[in-house]
Amino acid sequence: MASPTTRTAPSTGPAPTPAPAPLRRLGGNLRWGFRAYGLLALMWIRVSFTYRTSFVLLTLGQLFITALDFVAIVIMFANVDVLGGFGLAEIAFLYGGSSLCLGLADLALGNIERLGNRIRMGTFDAMMVRPVPLFAQVCADEFALRRLGRIAQAAAVLTWATASVDVDWTVGRALMVPYLVACGTVIFLAIFTLGAALQFWTTDGSEAANAFTYGGSTLTQYPLTIYPVEAVKALTFIVPVAFVNWYPALYILDRPDPFGLPAALQFSSPVAGLALCLLAGLAWRTGVRRYRSTGS
Amino acid sequence: MSLIEVTDLSRTFEVRRKVSRFRREVHEVRAVDHLSFAVGAGEMVGYIGPNGAGKSTTIKMLTGILVPSSGSLSVAGIDPSRNRVELTRRIGVVFGQRTTLWWDLPLRDSFELLRRIYRIDRDRYRRNLAEFTELLELGDLLDTPVRQLSLGQRMRGDIAAALLHDPEILYLDEPTIGLDVVSKGRLREFLRTLNAERGVTLLLTTHDLQDIEQLCSRVMVIDHGFLVFDGSLELLHERGGSTRTLVVDLVDEAPPIDVPGAEVRKVEGPRQWLSFPAKASAAPVVAAVAASYDVADLSITEPAIEDVIRAIYTR
Amino acid sequence: MLYAAIAARAFRRYSTYTAATLAGIFTNCVFGAIITFAYIAVWRQNPTAGGYDVTDAVTYVWLGQAMIMTVAVWNGGATDDLAARIRTGDVAIDLYRPVSFLGWWLASDLGRALFHLLTRGVAPTLVGGLLFDLRYPAGLTAWLLFAVSVPLAVVVSFAIRMLVSASAFWLLDDTGVRNLQAVFAMFFSGLVVPLVIFPGWTRDLAMALPWASYLQVPADIWLGQRTGVDALAGLGFQVLWAGVLLAMCAAVLRLAQRKVVVHGG
Repeated sequence: MASPTTRTAPSTGPAPTPAPAPLRRLGGNLRWGFRAYGLLALMWIRVSFTYRTSFVLLTLGQLFITALDFVAIVIMFANVDVLGGFGLAEIAFLYGGSSLCLGLADLALGNIERLGNRIRMGTFDAMMVRPVPLFAQVCADEFALRRLGRIAQAAAVLTWATASVDVDWTVGRALMVPYLVACGTVIFLAIFTLGAALQFWTTDGSEAANAFTYGGSTLTQYPLTIYPVEAVKALTFIVPVAFVNWYPALYILDRPDPFGLPAALQFSSPVAGLALCLLAGLAWRTGVRRYRSTGS
Repeated sequence: MSLIEVTDLSRTFEVRRKVSRFRREVHEVRAVDHLSFAVGAGEMVGYIGPNGAGKSTTIKMLTGILVPSSGSLSVAGIDPSRNRVELTRRIGVVFGQRTTLWWDLPLRDSFELLRRIYRIDRDRYRRNLAEFTELLELGDLLDTPVRQLSLGQRMRGDIAAALLHDPEILYLDEPTIGLDVVSKGRLREFLRTLNAERGVTLLLTTHDLQDIEQLCSRVMVIDHGFLVFDGSLELLHERGGSTRTLVVDLVDEAPPIDVPGAEVRKVEGPRQWLSFPAKASAAPVVAAVAASYDVADLSITEPAIEDVIRAIYTR
Repeated sequence: MLYAAIAARAFRRYSTYTAATLAGIFTNCVFGAIITFAYIAVWRQNPTAGGYDVTDAVTYVWLGQAMIMTVAVWNGGATDDLAARIRTGDVAIDLYRPVSFLGWWLASDLGRALFHLLTRGVAPTLVGGLLFDLRYPAGLTAWLLFAVSVPLAVVVSFAIRMLVSASAFWLLDDTGVRNLQAVFAMFFSGLVVPLVIFPGWTRDLAMALPWASYLQVPADIWLGQRTGVDALAGLGFQVLWAGVLLAMCAAVLRLAQRKVVVHGG
């Protein structure tokens, strides 16, 4: 090899503790990635403000569209009093939780699903000649603040549901709500990334990813009691979207697990989130490596 | 060591071809085939070849976008395939036909973002911006949204954007494509200054032989993944025996024009095509024609790169 | 015969995207399964909701998934190509073709719809039939009526999408109108919940809007909810909306043509 493989930085003196160096570099990269993401996202926000009317209309449109999802549930409740053993307020809690998590993940990196398009247009190549982590660039690209519409609607439903459910609120339960939102968002972030990473292999099949993102959110807006037990196990251990809202909600709503699964699952959302993130990270890295050796 | 060093570089792709409805055949295509060359600091090199010859594959490997199949390369002492991100600070890339500027925001905002992304310190940024603004005549355009700029103005903006972080090497992909004659001239003038005053090494791919003629002391021609020529432009013309064509529209039909230094290739009514050596000046030919014929219109077409390359091959 | 050729060309164009078609079918099936379980839960609680039984409801879900792309519920199809041509100004060429402008684009959209019916319509229905107990048309008459109802649904949808695309002649950006239309179409076609379970007057309103032609009418014919005179009334409803909307398209296009002539696109 003509070039040095590890460029020793022009630092002076021997490094006192060599072990944490890669860790420190990872930390630095992460911090820089977030910062760069912020810078890029800010540019897109400014773009959206240059078309103010259109921005306002699109945001309201998003709010309206997603609100109809909930109206559909309300219409169902015009015909029944309970669904899968859960009342309207409880289902609103499930719906609000999953929809808010999806909304936040969608805001943060929803445009990642256009990766295939970017590869075809050559803009992905342009990102590769910038000193910013690729993932941060892809996530921030065409950052769409109008997605706040979905978030606002979901947050409103969740707030209403939290106030309406018949629950003896303890500190633990109350803290579980933001915890649910955080873990659920992370799970959807990982699923979005996985779906996008698949586009390094097939760009035409991007619609299949929708089955997991939007499908995952639709699926978890109902109590899982409406699905067969095999499906619930699959949603716990294979495509773990049950951890987005179902398991934390069982704890918050003070419900025993209807399928008799261990109560520990109700606190395992971070584990599911972490596992999915590792998988997504691996898929992304493998995908980028593949792209760099095939150029397509 | 040279700034860019390429040794025995190859890149193969697997291409799946449909043989029948169900069977696909995988076969290997060599986009770049055992390429070796070196570019010294401060050189201006034209990298030419027909579409699909391996030009962009080479550039993608030099910028770290693609990893080579075999061989080694080093750019500014860095292995692009391993340290792509580190390399990005040392190089500038301009993609001719698509802009990397923010379409809906003023030019200045794109520059400001790049300052932060490349972490350029303020003083240096201010100096560079002032210099490029003057040289590229961007002054009035800085506060204009990019979408309102003409193609030429946008290209100037893109080039300034690629240079703000003081790269040692600038890759330009078809920088003058679609520009009018005046814009082309200005751009070339700027690139010459850039090279002379800052010592920036330029590697440009183009279909416009005039770009090469006016900018590059050295030409590399790639075809089918092979480097078929590496040398001066004069040598290329000599080897390729390329010619330019003078298209003459006479007022009336006439027998083939007879002037020294040019020969008639084609006659079609009052229009005649005369060819003359590419390196010879057009002026004496034009003068000779105008002196002895009633000319309605004249135009000169440059030799196409494809023709020159074909000529190299047939030799 | 020219129109058949146009339709065939559109059919072939869509048939080249195999991976996209397969991915789409997969997504339709996933959503179909999710909604099926939700409906089963609703009809378990209220076994006669909207006059459907649980088999009707489940069948309705899979018909809905089959119709999404066939009827192009949320935009897409030939009218998207038209919108692009309006933006680029290429539409001026289309307006002066010696064939009916509306006919040209309708033929193209019908070709697309046929492709989508045979792939993204048939495949989810088959999958749904394997996974769940579905109801099928009760006899030849029902099949025939359904076979008439589907193309009528496509024509109504085409006319609405055409009007939306034509708004691009006047608006710089038709994204807003398109999104709004998509929302109305999705909701009032009965794709999210069947129109028959809408409460009170909202049901009557929804059943009278043109979007009811997309899914509710064909589904009711399929399910045997509409037979005899009722079924013919359903087709009449679709024909009425198709006629009204196509007439509106023709009027709008005449205005657009005048605009293009005067302003040069």
